[in-house]
Amino acid sequence: MTRHLKAAAPQLAALFLVLLANWIVFPEFFHIRVQDGRLYGSLVDVFNRGAPVALLAIGMTLVIATRGIDLSVGAVMAIAGATAATLVNDGHGAMTAIAAALAVGLLCGLWNGILVALLDIQPIIATLILMVAGRGIAQLITEGQIVTFVDPALIFMGSGAIAGIPMPVILAFLALCVTLFLYRRTALGLLTEAIGINRRASAYAGVNARAVLLVAYAWCGLTASLAGIIAAADIKGADANNAGLWLELDAILAVVIGGTSLFGGRFRLVLSFVGALIIQAMNTGILLSGFKPEFNLIVKAFVILVLLLMQSGASGALLDRLALIRSRPRLAPEGKEVS
Amino acid sequence: MNSARQPALLDLRGIAKSFPGVHALSDVDFTLHKGEVHALLGENGAGKSTLIKVLTGIHRRDAGTMHLEGQPIDLHDPADAQRLGIGTVYQEVNLLPNLTVAENIYLGRQPTRLGFVDRRRMARDARALLAGYGLDIDVNAALGDFSVAVQQLVAIARAADLSARILILDEPTASLDAQEVATMFAMVRQLKAQGLGIVFVTHFLDQVYEIANRITVLRNGRLVGSHATADLPRLDLVRLMLGKELAEIESADHAHGPGRGGLCASFRDFGKRRYLAPFDLDIHEGEVIGIAGLLGSGRTETAKLIFGIERADRGEVLVDGASARLAAPRDAIALGFGFCPEDRKTEGIVGELSVRENIILALQARRGWIKPIPAAEQKRIAEEFVRRLDIRTTDIEKPIELLSGGNQQKALLARWLATNPRILILDEPTRGIDVGAHAEIIRLIRELCGRGMSLLVISSELDEITVYSDRVVVLADRRHVGELRAAEISPRSIMAAIAGTDAPVAQQERPA
Amino acid sequence: MNRRHLPLLVTILVFVLVYALCAAQYPKMLSFRVVGNLLTDNAFLGIAAVGMTFVIISGGIDLSVGAVIAFTTVFLAVALDSWGLAPGLAFPLIVAIALLFGAGMGAVIHYLKTPPFIVTLAGMFLARGACFLLTTDSVPVTHPLYGTLTGFYFRLPGGGRLSLIALVMLGVVTLGILLLHYTRFGARVYALGGNAQAARMMGIRAGRTTILVYALSAGLSAIAGIVFSLYTSAGYSLAAVGVELDTIAAVVIGGTLLSGGQGFVLGTFAGVLIQGLIQTYITFDGTLSSWWTKIVVGLLLFAFILLHRILVYLSARRAAGIAAGGAAGVREQPA
Repeated sequence: MTRHLKAAAPQLAALFLVLLANWIVFPEFFHIRVQDGRLYGSLVDVFNRGAPVALLAIGMTLVIATRGIDLSVGAVMAIAGATAATLVNDGHGAMTAIAAALAVGLLCGLWNGILVALLDIQPIIATLILMVAGRGIAQLITEGQIVTFVDPALIFMGSGAIAGIPMPVILAFLALCVTLFLYRRTALGLLTEAIGINRRASAYAGVNARAVLLVAYAWCGLTASLAGIIAAADIKGADANNAGLWLELDAILAVVIGGTSLFGGRFRLVLSFVGALIIQAMNTGILLSGFKPEFNLIVKAFVILVLLLMQSGASGALLDRLALIRSRPRLAPEGKEVS
Repeated sequence: MNSARQPALLDLRGIAKSFPGVHALSDVDFTLHKGEVHALLGENGAGKSTLIKVLTGIHRRDAGTMHLEGQPIDLHDPADAQRLGIGTVYQEVNLLPNLTVAENIYLGRQPTRLGFVDRRRMARDARALLAGYGLDIDVNAALGDFSVAVQQLVAIARAADLSARILILDEPTASLDAQEVATMFAMVRQLKAQGLGIVFVTHFLDQVYEIANRITVLRNGRLVGSHATADLPRLDLVRLMLGKELAEIESADHAHGPGRGGLCASFRDFGKRRYLAPFDLDIHEGEVIGIAGLLGSGRTETAKLIFGIERADRGEVLVDGASARLAAPRDAIALGFGFCPEDRKTEGIVGELSVRENIILALQARRGWIKPIPAAEQKRIAEEFVRRLDIRTTDIEKPIELLSGGNQQKALLARWLATNPRILILDEPTRGIDVGAHAEIIRLIRELCGRGMSLLVISSELDEITVYSDRVVVLADRRHVGELRAAEISPRSIMAAIAGTDAPVAQQERPA
Repeated sequence: MNRRHLPLLVTILVFVLVYALCAAQYPKMLSFRVVGNLLTDNAFLGIAAVGMTFVIISGGIDLSVGAVIAFTTVFLAVALDSWGLAPGLAFPLIVAIALLFGAGMGAVIHYLKTPPFIVTLAGMFLARGACFLLTTDSVPVTHPLYGTLTGFYFRLPGGGRLSLIALVMLGVVTLGILLLHYTRFGARVYALGGNAQAARMMGIRAGRTTILVYALSAGLSAIAGIVFSLYTSAGYSLAAVGVELDTIAAVVIGGTLLSGGQGFVLGTFAGVLIQGLIQTYITFDGTLSSWWTKIVVGLLLFAFILLHRILVYLSARRAAGIAAGGAAGVREQPA
């Protein structure tokens, strides 16, 4: 346990600092009040608004752990939201609509998985297809309209609460727990990390890399569709154009903040989740402090830059690089006799 | 050969190069004359590729002098080498298959007119250049559209055109068939006639004797001999490369394992085109089969075919008398095979995973993801093997990449032992590990076969092979060239088989 | 004619086919008016796509394209109207800024050895954020020169107009073709995308080429932004959202290999026109909805990615001998 805590120290410290900064600019930040049997307050808001990205980050973590990437999650959100909204408006029950939306998300994930695992297409390329076409598909479903709905059960997914805790937060935590169970209580997590670190050695050890990849992308599609349902339920409508727009990038950022390397391998679901909360806390903080919300983008850009610097091996590697600029670039990794 | 008065084309004296923890080269001399093909030979870790990298400016030498036609030279990067007229053709990373033939030949020095590349002239020049070697191909087609052989010819043409003093051919023939090699050699002879000095690195002894004037052998980073080809019989060459003197190799006492058990697996006419000539092989229970041969002779290729990493395109495999499918490692594992690869780092260990996870990986993969090995069981398995194989690690949760080579090797062995395989293939199990671990691994090999496991052990260490093998399969030039049984097995007979000398036992001794 | 031109050929064939189908149904589409509009409406996309072609052939990707276009429009609107800068000064200034910006991204990609998509993603955030710092509103450009420039066109037969911005795009495409196929720099771009290690062994300086490629892409995005600014006569920080995807799609439909090393500027041009044609068709039809564009483009993307995959597979099989050194044919690639 202490080891886990130690590994999580940077992320927790970052979250703490962001929350602290929020508290300084907005002293009421930690005030929580109960209204209509639901918790309200800025902190609750961070969790509530952060839920969709947290959900995306869960699936994205798995995909990135395999050394892949899924650019289509935003589009999958739009498709899922559109599916759920259209179905309830066609008179189907909320449960049917939600199940169908999840199934569609799973299908989208499988499609990506097939391209990556079976056709050996590079992940960034494979998932780009759905990223482009996905919004078109979502619009096809909604027929270009913003489909609003009044089904209380579906709306409950976005703005309801159980025991005072907002539904999106509950769903995100539930998804995290189920994913943790699926990946850490079975051997899937280990096999995923193995192929992400060294696919060839894993294959030689008998790991079925294709199956592992398929599951990761399918699960990513599934979590994205859940995020899409929440996003739609939250605004009581499906907006095929804007639902989940750019959220794939936030999800990737959350994973990177969580300390999972873009080059695959060891992954940390809980910390990706924390990463999503950090991003949302920054969003909320910027809003609270009266900056334009767009200021966020610049903050994110710098967060990425800082992370890149840190991931490239902290300051030592940077100094190395600087030294390399001056001297000659090295050609091959040295010290290894190949003959 | 050239007169001794004229300075050699290239003269290296006392070259040394170290990397952290390794003396890759120490005190190596090398002399290359104009119009000569000079074979540079050596086994793994001999220092060939380091020497070539020093020659091409990729590595900087730590000590020694280099003279080109009597002038001292100092190389800082490949561009320096290129400027001085030293060109290189590698086995693999070579040219750019996505560019046209002409672009490949002239990349970086395309003829231009008013700042624009004169494609027509470039194509014309390329065509003329290749025609000079009797090669008539469409120079505007992508290089990748041609066979590997043609790609290599283009690479040589580029290097020769670019440099035209010294040409280094680093295993250019590794994946060519006989016809293609003949074509390449015609080109090499032509360049030689033009006065180029050619350094030729290869694993194919036939090719050395066909084309080289001179042979220099390195071993463990040192020069062990430089001879005119005509003065160096094959057996002596093999001996130089493997580092054996006949005196010291008189039959090491080999206590062989228990008698053979039943037939476990047999391979019939099993092979892959351009990879390994078809072979027959029977594996019995509890038997150790040594696989001997020089580097590149097809040893690892044999292992990869048997383990399903490379898919055989002919022949069949029978396990327990039934025909079996062998298209992927998973098939092989299902049949009860295991494989510890030679290249531990890229094909064996999963670096960031812990020792425990690496040990249970194959077992877990076989059980399937849905049935995880319980944590306590994982710990028990890992700790058991850490103890049994004496894997030195402070903690089974330590990332395996932090262990020494020998301990990584033992952990990989543990990975397979945990699956309780019927046939275990070990590719150079003792390479790059210290003496103590070395002896332990050999002890383990003996112990394992005592328990009915069959082992296929690939090794360059002939003494070692002699000690534990019940049978030795000898490879050369990518084919199985011989099989030695019990009493016939000795380092000398193995070397004779590698060299292709017929009567292995009655070999005349030759003063070194 | 050889294999590597096959994707280009397919692209051109698709273009001709799509146009023929359109024209068969709506003969009016076969007019200079439609062609003129096609060129004008897609001018900014075409210019940005030329830059993207270089980036993708070099083995990278640039997600900052749309943001740079938006920043350019906002910068111009603010510079011309609020700061009173002359267009003759503002235009080169914004292109210079973009060149530096792109060079910076290229340097980070090369020296920090980071995946291009994450670096250019940061670039995208930065450029969009910078827009918002200048203004969040849609600012109209009232500079008289805009009227003069947009009013300039060549008359085509049948009432068609070849506008100035269409001409700029055609110019950029032509220069792009020359640069990519007829200069040493172009060959270096291919070399880098084909196999960076082999390219270095052959004496290519990867860092310089990478930096130049991203600078070129950003610079062309700025020119696309100028064109977009002329086209809309406004600066808007949310302009050109998703244009990076449109340009990537155009490049891939144009027959460029998304993993680098192969491709053609001419193909990209055709890819842009194919997307434009689909939109025009939908407009002509009137009953079809705009989202079909995205779906059809997605399908085309898939088809071309598959086509490349098959070509790679076939050539790998033919050169099967390479595999002798181990599994050299199946080199693993990071995301």
